[in-house]
Amino acid sequence: MAALKHLLDFEGWRRSEVESLLETARLMEEVLERPMKKVPALKGFTIATVFFEPSTRTKTSFELAAKRMSADVVSFAVSGSSLSKGESYKDTLLTLQAMVLDAYVIRSPVAGMAHQAAGWLRGSVINAGDGRRAHPTQALLDAYTLLDELSQLEGKKIAIVGDIAHSRVARSNAELLPLLGADVWAAGPVGLLPEVLKGARLTSNLAEALSDADAVMVLRLQKERMQDGSLPSIREYISEYQITAERMNLARPGALLLHPGPMNRDLELAGTLAEGSHSRVERQVRAGEAVRMAVLYHLLVGRAA
Amino acid sequence: MEAAEIERALRRIAHEIVEKNKGAEELALVGVHTRGIPLAERLSSLIERFEGVRPAVGVLDITLYRDDLSEIAVQPKVRETRIPFDITNKPLVLVDDVLYTGRTARAALDALVDLGRPQRIYFAVLVDRGHRELPIRADFVGKNLPTSRQEVVKVKLNEVDGEDGVELWQR
Amino acid sequence: MSLLIKNALLVDGAGEHGRGDVLINNGKIASLSGGEAATTIDGSGFVLTPALFDPHSHLRSPGQEVKEDLRSGLLAAAKGGYAAVVAMPNTEPAIQRPEDVRGLYQQASRLDGARLLLAAALTEEQQGRRLTPAGLLRQAGAVLLSDDGRSNDDAGVLARGLLYAAAASLTVAVHAEDTSLRGEGLMNDGALSAQLGIPGNPAEAEAARIARDLEVLRWAVRKAAPLGHQVRLYVQHVSSKRGAELIEMAHADKLPVYAEVTPHHLTLTAENWRSFDPVFKVAPPLREPEDVDALLRALESGVISSIGSDHAPHTRAEKERDLQNAPFGIPNIEVAFPLLFSELVDKRGFPLAKLIARMSDGPREALGMKEIRLRVGEVADLMLFDPGASRSVDPATFLSKARYSPWQGWRLKGWPLLTLLAGKEVWRDAALA
Repeated sequence: MAALKHLLDFEGWRRSEVESLLETARLMEEVLERPMKKVPALKGFTIATVFFEPSTRTKTSFELAAKRMSADVVSFAVSGSSLSKGESYKDTLLTLQAMVLDAYVIRSPVAGMAHQAAGWLRGSVINAGDGRRAHPTQALLDAYTLLDELSQLEGKKIAIVGDIAHSRVARSNAELLPLLGADVWAAGPVGLLPEVLKGARLTSNLAEALSDADAVMVLRLQKERMQDGSLPSIREYISEYQITAERMNLARPGALLLHPGPMNRDLELAGTLAEGSHSRVERQVRAGEAVRMAVLYHLLVGRAA
Repeated sequence: MEAAEIERALRRIAHEIVEKNKGAEELALVGVHTRGIPLAERLSSLIERFEGVRPAVGVLDITLYRDDLSEIAVQPKVRETRIPFDITNKPLVLVDDVLYTGRTARAALDALVDLGRPQRIYFAVLVDRGHRELPIRADFVGKNLPTSRQEVVKVKLNEVDGEDGVELWQR
Repeated sequence: MSLLIKNALLVDGAGEHGRGDVLINNGKIASLSGGEAATTIDGSGFVLTPALFDPHSHLRSPGQEVKEDLRSGLLAAAKGGYAAVVAMPNTEPAIQRPEDVRGLYQQASRLDGARLLLAAALTEEQQGRRLTPAGLLRQAGAVLLSDDGRSNDDAGVLARGLLYAAAASLTVAVHAEDTSLRGEGLMNDGALSAQLGIPGNPAEAEAARIARDLEVLRWAVRKAAPLGHQVRLYVQHVSSKRGAELIEMAHADKLPVYAEVTPHHLTLTAENWRSFDPVFKVAPPLREPEDVDALLRALESGVISSIGSDHAPHTRAEKERDLQNAPFGIPNIEVAFPLLFSELVDKRGFPLAKLIARMSDGPREALGMKEIRLRVGEVADLMLFDPGASRSVDPATFLSKARYSPWQGWRLKGWPLLTLLAGKEVWRDAALA
């Protein structure tokens, strides 16, 4: 595989490249099972987490992954920063660059920020979520979690349910999972479906999407959707789209249940399912660390191509 | 080195290990990827033959511990580490095919030390070709092969390469 | 000072007229067949046309001079082959009082470059509520009224605005986009925006507002007719196929509506958004190839009779912000003509005379002015350009303060070598001996 400089999305990726990355993640997971969960592979490297949008889990996951590889981590918080004083994203990032950093993990509320940053900065850029557009490491850890149990995704049906139009998790999964041969469906209320979602079949018919699915990925419903008018009624959403035990019966027996978090219990998902036998949410979190270690390894280690 | 020579060397090393350790109880072997693994397996079988005890064999990948990661390849591949037994307080024999600069051995030692606290660590190699860059030595050596830096030592093992042999090439 | 331009190909909105030796004296065309002159220019291989007229440009004065000012803007316009530029009033503060208009004309009188013409706001602060004094603004020299940048959400205000403007012999120019359908849209709404997860601005927002504005125009025409006033509506930057269709239907009904298209909507599409570069962020947004084709057909048939640059300079730092916060707007006045000459005339066989008509006659007519022809006695607002030599677009050489361009690196022909304003040289390319 040609050396990977940035991880922005999966544009142009081949199946073999995804499998190589996930294979490394599997080996990184072994490191996480050791008593000493640390290897010196990234000793001397400095990684900055730059989150222009709040997040606890993703940020912590990246920071831990970096530290497990013995890298130094600098964390850039938005509030109280110069950004809130009117400095542009570009100037903020260039100030960090002056500190000679090897990689930047960037999350932004605006689409395209990671691509722009990759043009402005000298180090590697990892997209930790840009607006509604992409969240590649989430898709990787979702794929990893699915592969853990299903062994391979060729022909497997994966249903993504919820606010598809505003979801970078949906977009990145729809981009990645078909590379591994999966059959991806995306279901939600009409006002929350995009015009097109490359890689997935769109439907407002939840039963159709869930029928015989091997896995169900539930998306968080944001309350903001009530404000902007794209979702008229939460009550109707719960009635028609909430994932319940009964609805899980439409999927294959033993179908996996995933959620990128944070969860609105009893909104998009019946509370009891979160810890139920279908749920792999905890596994996702663990997978996230291993996958992010693998991403850092693939981006930073090795001879410049 | 020919196949028969390799066999003889390994038999001798197996005896030396048992002698030095005063027995095979508690003993474990850890092979370094790639060819250290079949060598460790063979030594374990040999020891079993004359001691009646088969030492456990673990597999160690040192990629994440190398000090030359930015030079060896565009994307150095990480491989499996599987040591399915507790190494703390055990005598371990680290096994590799060639001892050269000593850097692989140093990385292996760092990795083992991160995995537990062995009672002691022995080091067995099939070929010692000299040119040490670090103060590392092998406890058990199959053959001392003086080489120049322009030469390449290639160990071939049946389990990996389909035949046994040690070859010496000019760069 | 007299000037003779020898042996250039003469083209104006009426057609191509073969080679001629044009003598300019006292600011007018004195002869098309040569004569004595103080200076002579060899126009062999070049083309002489009426200078271009830009009905839609943003010169950012007063208040935003860091992006562009009158000096840089008028020089850049002259370099682009324009003898006159209409500056839009969405400045800080908006140009809305007769004093504002007079003050700016005074400033411009001391500057070189193209001639400044001013559009004044249709409503106070362009808020769309209270109309500005059309008659007084006309007297101060305004040539157009517009709330450009915003659409007039209140139809009643636009209706009365058209009526008062007609009484003052002024055209009203509108930026037609339904505010609520447009929403937070940054790029054309469609499969690509859905794929990229970027908020979309649908073509229907433009069509809905154009349709409404045309009905409002009908009202104004009906009210103005018995008074003998001529109402004129100018629809700026039509960007969609449906928008062009609506204008065509309105022309069939003989409505006095003039339509404009910009150089960027004729040469760029939404595909450019894949680069996530805010240089392509503009309102209305770049659309699909089928929209570009429809706009070209409308331009050819004359449904769209005017090309306006909508030159919208911002600082480079502003256009390097993230997609959400970068301002809308594409600067283009220095490259507009070579761009359209290369892409339309040279590559697609669009008739040159028609391009000149769209960039000179059409805009003038929309503002109630007469066209310029290459004939004796005509004012010498002229442009000489080179149809042969190819040059790369290099923003480092721009006279405009906005030294960046979506067409950076494009190799274009048709660069203006000489621009005359009433016989005075306001631009001369170093390549012209």
